[in-house]
Amino acid sequence: MHPARGFIDAGFTMDAIILQILNGLDKGSAYALIALGLTLIFGTLGVVNFAHGALFMLGSFCAVTLQKILSLSFTVEDPSQKDFLGNPLKVDTPYIVSWFGDATGNAILNWSVPLAILFAIPVMLLVGYVMERGLIKHFYKRPHADQILVTFGLAIVIQEIVKYFYGANPIPTPAPDAFRGSVDFGVLIGFAQNEIIYPYWRLVYFLFSALIISAVFAFLRFTTFGMVVRAGMADRETVGLLGINIDKRFTIMFGIAAAVAGLAGVMYAPINSPNYHMGMDFLVLSFVVVVVGGMGSLPGAVLAGFLLGILESFASMNEVKSLIPGIDQIIIYLVAIIILLTRPRGLMGRKGVMEE
Amino acid sequence: MSKFQMNRRTLIKSGTAIGAGLALPTIFTSSARAYLNEPKGGTVTLGFNVPQTGPYADEGLDELRAQELAVQHLNGEGDGGMLNTFSSKALKGNGILGKKVQFVSGDTQTKSDAARASAKSMIEKDGAIMINGGSSSGVAVAVQGLCQEAGVIFMAGLTHSNDTTGKDRKANGFRHFFNAYMSGAALAPVLAKAYGTDRRAYHLTADYTWGWTQQESIATATEAMGWETVNNVLTPLASTDFSSYIAPVLNSGADVLILNHYGGNMVNSLTNAVQFGLRDKMVNGKQFEIIVPLYSELMAAGAGANVRGVYGSMNWNWQLQDEGSKAFVKSFGEKYGRPPSNSAHTCYVQTLLYADACERAGTFDPCGVVEALEGFEFDGMGNGPTLYRADDHQCFKDVLVMKGADNPTNEYDTLEIVEVTPRAQVEYAPDHPMFAGGELGKCNSGA
Repeated sequence: MHPARGFIDAGFTMDAIILQILNGLDKGSAYALIALGLTLIFGTLGVVNFAHGALFMLGSFCAVTLQKILSLSFTVEDPSQKDFLGNPLKVDTPYIVSWFGDATGNAILNWSVPLAILFAIPVMLLVGYVMERGLIKHFYKRPHADQILVTFGLAIVIQEIVKYFYGANPIPTPAPDAFRGSVDFGVLIGFAQNEIIYPYWRLVYFLFSALIISAVFAFLRFTTFGMVVRAGMADRETVGLLGINIDKRFTIMFGIAAAVAGLAGVMYAPINSPNYHMGMDFLVLSFVVVVVGGMGSLPGAVLAGFLLGILESFASMNEVKSLIPGIDQIIIYLVAIIILLTRPRGLMGRKGVMEE
Repeated sequence: MSKFQMNRRTLIKSGTAIGAGLALPTIFTSSARAYLNEPKGGTVTLGFNVPQTGPYADEGLDELRAQELAVQHLNGEGDGGMLNTFSSKALKGNGILGKKVQFVSGDTQTKSDAARASAKSMIEKDGAIMINGGSSSGVAVAVQGLCQEAGVIFMAGLTHSNDTTGKDRKANGFRHFFNAYMSGAALAPVLAKAYGTDRRAYHLTADYTWGWTQQESIATATEAMGWETVNNVLTPLASTDFSSYIAPVLNSGADVLILNHYGGNMVNSLTNAVQFGLRDKMVNGKQFEIIVPLYSELMAAGAGANVRGVYGSMNWNWQLQDEGSKAFVKSFGEKYGRPPSNSAHTCYVQTLLYADACERAGTFDPCGVVEALEGFEFDGMGNGPTLYRADDHQCFKDVLVMKGADNPTNEYDTLEIVEVTPRAQVEYAPDHPMFAGGELGKCNSGA
């Protein structure tokens, strides 16, 4: 398409811009949630955790696993139907359907992704706890390079374990029927019908992540536990001298960060079918988000997550791509370079973080 | 003195022996020269190069299963599978040329450099006489080039880019799988019938060799039917979320979205497109439609319910009812408890075709094998009468048009066969512009 034509017709119309803002907020939600967890871990424990993408992936597989558990079935051979080899067809009936009846059983199956939130919280807290106590704590005093290597190795191990049990193929994990399809978002904000159509589940994802982000901030701001953690982030030694067991609290924070990444993963499962390497796709981006936001700054991580999500979406527009070919592939890194050149500590970075 | 005599005798004796040894091949074999990895002893080694790690590992596993099965059948184990239906009767179930077949496997990781390294290792360290398999055109082109240089035969696995037997064709390389041109030629008439000839298509295309050739093929074929190509947007291969590429489709005036994506890209872009409600939309007074020109049953399963009613094409499908397909599905299904994928089929058939060519040529010499495969006509392998064309080493056979099943009963019948497109409809001239610029060159036996 000729660049000029792009500006004249469909390009840069209000509806297209709003659509890309929505897309950006949606992408940004995932980036922000992952970056938030990364920053929590970095800020509290001083560890650069490259296994954080794997935690996001594990969250998605919590949804897959619950779906599998709920659809555990018993098999009855039906001689009236044949399978592909001509043997009697084995018909699977989920236990849950036979226990609760068709309607209730299928409804539970249908809502497996939202139910997986309840399943994922304890699982991810436990995973985070085991990870911190079992491996990460031995690397607190080691250089960042060691931490990166060991957590990156851990990420690969987690991936391969998941691949061993679930295979390499993506596994469809649909949203409940009530949230499938799309909503006419344009009508809600005064546009004509069918101008801005947006998928239900992506709106749910955005609202969900806004909720989680607020909950984490409120927890740190308004609870004694959060106050101690914030104090520990600012000056770990002094807090320790006051007789507070800061290590224990930091372990819990690691569990919470893992749970945040896990919940981001659970809710992401219906957007793209989970596969074992989805964590790696997000990991590098999330690090860029953290660096752009400012190492150790929680609001910075969230702000940068949404900012980069929106910029990435706009860079994928045909009109932008026709002006600067390939911009969609490099925009994130381009922005990172510009920000780091002009504001070396990132958007909201504090003095003294990673500058010893 | 005696020592000297001993030496002189030894010299004469060994000189004679060496002379006889050198002369032997010219006396007992038709071709005068030796070739790389000539099998010594009672066995011959085949090299199976498939993705065993990375996103295509499941597809690679299915190829490996099929290749193992082919080796069993060649060695006379199991029920013989397609050996019973194959029109050529040169293979007797006693290995190849009386040598028991064994195999080694390599991991392509679906990366060109890793695939070349694993192929090289199998050729140099394990003495593999041929390389078979793979799940990507980038890999196929890279490994084909390596095999040509090394002097072994390359029997390509799943590779659909026109370039493999087009501009990157090689004398030592052979492709049984169909290609992007054939997909377009088979799909276009079915699409015109189903959706009419007045359609506006929007393409999303994976930004690499396969995506480009498929986009060109499908656009050309559909434009010939009267469709208009509204836009073609290249998407990075590493993309996972396609929402920002799909959002502009909504108001582009297009009423068809064509996804030139494969594997994980396809699963995600199709899922995203369905989420955006494209399939429920009416544009230009017509129902909006999505097309996935190249289907793989493994990936279709990954996309779940989103493939329902979506058209695409395949090289082969286990639901075919000819004798060859039935025999293969039976032996594969009984061994592994699942129907084979179309990548498994092509790797299985390629292994048998290679073995048969060696038998007919009476040698493992790559140049003999090339001669035996060029212009070879066969049947009974699941795609009807097939020709291995001499000009470009591409197989010409029937192609399948598929559609996502409306009511699949399990993960294997998510796709249904709409039409078996006859071979004549997908044939093209060896110098067709989409395949131009390549030269087979001379066969290389690595001597």
